[in-house]
Amino acid sequence: MTEAAVEAEHVVVDSVVRDRIRVLIITLAIAIPLIAWTLTQMSTLAFFTQILNGLSFGALLFFLASGFTMIFGLMRIANLAHGGFYLMGGYVGITTTLVTGQFWLGLLAGGLVISCLGLFVERILLRRIRGMEKPEVLLTIGLTFVIGDFSLAVWGGDPRQIEKPEYLKGAFQIGDSFFYPKYRLFVLALAILLGSFLFYIDRKTKIGAIVRAGVDDRETVAAMGINIKAVFTGAFIFGAFIAGMSGVIGAGFLSLLPGEDFVILLFALVVVIIGGLGSLEGAALGAVVVGLIDAFAKALVPELSFFTLFAPMAIILMVRPNGLLGRAS
Amino acid sequence: MLTVENVQAYYDTAHILDGTSLEVATGEVLGLLGRNGMGKTTLVRTIAGVTPPRQADGTITWQGEDITHLESYEIARRGIGYVPQGRRVFGSLSVVENLDVIARPPAHDMGEAWSVERVFEFFPRLEERKTSLARTLSGGEQQMLAIGRALMINPSLLLMDEPSEGLAPIILGIIRDTLLSLKGSGLSILLVEQNLGLALALADRLLLMSEHGKIVWEGTPDELKADQMAMSTHLGV
Repeated sequence: MTEAAVEAEHVVVDSVVRDRIRVLIITLAIAIPLIAWTLTQMSTLAFFTQILNGLSFGALLFFLASGFTMIFGLMRIANLAHGGFYLMGGYVGITTTLVTGQFWLGLLAGGLVISCLGLFVERILLRRIRGMEKPEVLLTIGLTFVIGDFSLAVWGGDPRQIEKPEYLKGAFQIGDSFFYPKYRLFVLALAILLGSFLFYIDRKTKIGAIVRAGVDDRETVAAMGINIKAVFTGAFIFGAFIAGMSGVIGAGFLSLLPGEDFVILLFALVVVIIGGLGSLEGAALGAVVVGLIDAFAKALVPELSFFTLFAPMAIILMVRPNGLLGRAS
Repeated sequence: MLTVENVQAYYDTAHILDGTSLEVATGEVLGLLGRNGMGKTTLVRTIAGVTPPRQADGTITWQGEDITHLESYEIARRGIGYVPQGRRVFGSLSVVENLDVIARPPAHDMGEAWSVERVFEFFPRLEERKTSLARTLSGGEQQMLAIGRALMINPSLLLMDEPSEGLAPIILGIIRDTLLSLKGSGLSILLVEQNLGLALALADRLLLMSEHGKIVWEGTPDELKADQMAMSTHLGV
């Protein structure tokens, strides 16, 4: 029995490893010719600028996608209000920073106000229709409209940006001739920080283990004495907090305006679909892929920018219906 | 210690349990046998609170308290451990994490509390695999893990839903010895089985369940062995 078991384990581990290697090979096979072609189209400097543009936009998408994917994995709710959370969080941050003159306070306020909104949405609204897929979709998409109109009434329809602190303004010089906006580098650093924090929580703490167990089997987690509904609420509030905060961060290098909620939601959805729903690594990988595709497509073939976003998604879904790092359920 | 009275349960429109009643005494191993589809699993799930009974006239009482309408996590916290059918270990967690994630101090004073180390003493095989992901374990190892996990909440009663399902005879022997030793330590067990051998070896008392959860026979293992009629009618052996 022992030998058979060891062998069985090898087969499973092997298949996981082989699967990951296959993803890597396919990715490289597509990426290398694309990169080579791109380099014939632009200078090396412009190439690196686009890489950083893609990564920093990907960083913003990762903030949104990480919360979205966690909520989906745990509660099986596709929270389509996530874009609305982003937009309103950004506006709250702009106003707070305007009033207090503190960028960091704006960041915190955007996160906190939206997590209160998240608490209300989860406890008062979503809990009544738990497990009913269509009402959940309709409720969260309806909330996006409500939040969008509310924001329009309060903050108006003009594009808004946040007032950045002095040390995040201007460009950072690398070498003799390479300049890059400090703020985008800051966003990138923040994403790496948040990503490491999330991975630590997910892999090393008890609450992370509870969330992973909940993604595996909600019913059994509850039957083992864990108040899964409280875990749901916590996860939803946390996801809302990151979404609100990411709106403030986004207001520093993109503009906030009505309709941006749906645009960013679309990007976040593509990220989690490409990466694999419910997977934190998937959200990170998907964010990098989508960010880079978006940056290069806008630089090289701007007239095709939506095509270049959805075509890769369609191809990936054809080859891997569960996304790059998603597990078959 | 556990009393189930006149419980009703439905799946959509199908009436699965129509007035099921039974009682588990302290320290007792009660075996519940019956053919497929009689409602054994539904009964266990109903006690564990995973499928709550719909009708108000059914009552489940645990140590004097009505737990009929409690949520499953509250029932677990009162000391009812649950080993679900099909094991349902947390596949993307390691063996140690599967045990740690639901660890909780005992609800009542019960002597030595369960810990990961103590589960490993019980199932040395699990210690060898402690960092492996649960989904890579063999069926037998997963069953050991499911039992160990249920022990981690320090239960006074263990609900076991077909622990023998799909296990090789050698593994079944290990599981049986473990359960005997748990029984020896004074743990009460409600054992739902299709495997006659395990139930006969373990149970103090046996119940046979027929359609819609009706209890149609009650007796000791020896009495059942002597009752060919009951065996062939309700178990098909």
